[in-house]
Amino acid sequence: MSKLATTADAVARLVHDGDRVSAACGLEARIPFSAGHEIIRQGKRNLTLVGPISDMLYDQLIGAGCVRALEVAWVGNVGAGLGHNFRRAAEANPPRITITDYTNLTYAIGLRAAAEGIPFGVTRSLFGTDIASQHDAFREIKDPFGDECVFAVRAISVDVAIVVAQRADANGNAHVWGNLGTTLESVRAAQRVIVLAEELVDPDVIRSEPNRTLIPGLLVDAVVVEPGAAHPSPVEGYRERDHAAFEAYHRATRTSEGTDAWRREWIENVGDRAAYMKKLHA
Amino acid sequence: MNARTLMIVAAARQIADRDVVFAGMRLPLIGFAVAKSTHAPGAVGLFENGLIREVPARGMVVTMGDGPNQHGATLATSLIDVMGMLQRGRVNVGFLGGAEVDALGNLNTTKVGATRLPGSGGGSDIAAHAQRCVFIMEHERRRFVERVSYITSRPRGPVTLITTLGVFALNAGPARVVSLHPDVTHDRVIEQTGFALEFEGATRTPEPSDAELEAIRTADPTGFWTGASQ
Repeated sequence: MSKLATTADAVARLVHDGDRVSAACGLEARIPFSAGHEIIRQGKRNLTLVGPISDMLYDQLIGAGCVRALEVAWVGNVGAGLGHNFRRAAEANPPRITITDYTNLTYAIGLRAAAEGIPFGVTRSLFGTDIASQHDAFREIKDPFGDECVFAVRAISVDVAIVVAQRADANGNAHVWGNLGTTLESVRAAQRVIVLAEELVDPDVIRSEPNRTLIPGLLVDAVVVEPGAAHPSPVEGYRERDHAAFEAYHRATRTSEGTDAWRREWIENVGDRAAYMKKLHA
Repeated sequence: MNARTLMIVAAARQIADRDVVFAGMRLPLIGFAVAKSTHAPGAVGLFENGLIREVPARGMVVTMGDGPNQHGATLATSLIDVMGMLQRGRVNVGFLGGAEVDALGNLNTTKVGATRLPGSGGGSDIAAHAQRCVFIMEHERRRFVERVSYITSRPRGPVTLITTLGVFALNAGPARVVSLHPDVTHDRVIEQTGFALEFEGATRTPEPSDAELEAIRTADPTGFWTGASQ
């Protein structure tokens, strides 16, 4: 059964107001900017964004008013440092977003628990830190088989995961390579999955290298074939990172007005990713 | 000799041959490349996005997911796989930076007063599990405080702190000066540090060797990280 869709259809059908969204699991690679921009165009609201690190996409969603809460280890613009919209929203009085701080490992452990359908994972991280005591996603517990104390990390549920793959078949079976971040756990934890692929391939191509099939179609709801979906983040084997685009965004978003102007130019006045790529290369 | 060059070389010298290293980004990444091409050819670099490298990246790397950091990697896997090895105790030395550091080696990368910072990333985990840590920071009094206002990262082992002024030892007895960079005075360090330091035994940070300078030029040809072009 073909799951092929457009980004607009997939976002309209599978991303709902109030959802818990994972849209930044590649750790600086394969970030689904095209779907994030479509979420902004469709005016989704009250989202909770989860992720280890998001290079700029989460800042864009916050700046557009789509976000109520973040459950993350790091938010900003990796090359430039901070994310201006994240900071404005966090520092506003009262704050416009709530933030649940994780570390990269404890985030991944919580996500994996959700992916495996169990209530929590455990870690030796967090001892002696203020992260542990700031919210109730962590509980110090005793090892039931010994005397050591560890931290339990509550499972991190996900309504919709949006991931970029190098290639996929029409059923959503996808080959992914390069560093994976939390790609596997995000897809397995989510209730709904959107795959954005650089290339559509025949199922025979997928089956020729099953070790590369990191996303099974049985978990996927929509496949969007969209070259450049991750721009300006890199896609190993297809696209290098566009450093200048990250720097330009950083400069343009120093003020809220600058953010609005940037969003009009690159998101609202651009109908879809094909138009974005055309504008980029004009 | 600019401070960044001294800091990179000091960072490189913290890596022993065959060390397993969480090298991170920016200056430590260049330090890893320098160590690999001089005294530590057997060092292995782990990256929390899921990469393991045995050869330094060729070309500019801004984020660990960039093409040059992917190309030539030995292994590409998941975050939890690499950070699981870290938690298991496999990492000898981890590199970190932060907004605030204190005499006990605690780091704050989360919030200072009303200012919200990006957060831990993998830093808290690296501090918790690496056998020893190396911090690299700008040396300013507002960053070097008696107690950080928020503990993002609590190091398990000893910390070597490399700054724009010198090299310091934390979290292993009283905070201590290991070496001062050339032309840096005791008074200047005291003035820029919000906690007490022991100076006994302090030396001068050695100048980089020709081989180290050559390795820096190779790893940072445009001077993007070392500021040589500025």
